[in-house]
Amino acid sequence: MKINKRSEGSMLTIYIEGRLDTSTSPELSKELDSSLEGVTQLVFDFTLLEYISSSGLRVLLAAQKAMNGKGTMIVKNVSELVMEVFEITGFTDILTIE
Amino acid sequence: MKEFVIEALVDKLPDVLAFVDEQLEAADCPIKTQMQIDISVEEIFVNIANYAYPDGTGNVMIRIEVTAEPFAAQIIFIDSGVPYDPLSKTDPDVTLSAEERQIGGLGIFMVKKSMDDVKYEFTDGHNVLTMRKGAVT
Repeated sequence: MKINKRSEGSMLTIYIEGRLDTSTSPELSKELDSSLEGVTQLVFDFTLLEYISSSGLRVLLAAQKAMNGKGTMIVKNVSELVMEVFEITGFTDILTIE
Repeated sequence: MKEFVIEALVDKLPDVLAFVDEQLEAADCPIKTQMQIDISVEEIFVNIANYAYPDGTGNVMIRIEVTAEPFAAQIIFIDSGVPYDPLSKTDPDVTLSAEERQIGGLGIFMVKKSMDDVKYEFTDGHNVLTMRKGAVT
């Protein structure tokens, strides 16, 4: 998995490439812990995300909870495969997917 | 049928998925099905790695049987750790909002949703979890 970030003012975009699984999710979690300060608009770009398991969902849920009350969180460019996972777990209702 | 024995450690997940994917790809598994199976294998393996051997480490045996046209797969996980039925957990409420959601409990639910059949048995001192996608003949 590769994480790329782009920051513009209080907006942070995080691009994730590869697999978000039990082995890689802690890295994203750590990245979020250290970069959300002052961020009011968090965007995840999943164009290159190939796979997500429950550990990846946990990190997204934690990010959503962290952003609730202090700003917005948007998930965009979700592939059909990843969308399938969001659908069966009800994450389509929790996340703002564009 | 292929068998693979590996130490029950989370670090070994990439090896487990590589082994499973090799079998699935050999049978021309559709990409969506492969992701569903990978998700299920990850959840079960990580569960065993985290809970089966609280006093040290032990092994997991993974048996996989695949057929092509139409694609089907059966995967069996066998460990000799503490008896534990992961399917006995109550399913999470997937209609709750982010604030009400608990972190966790989703993994096994995803396995149940992704596979066509999942069953657990404790036999001869072993945890045996069998999951199936499609009809293995």
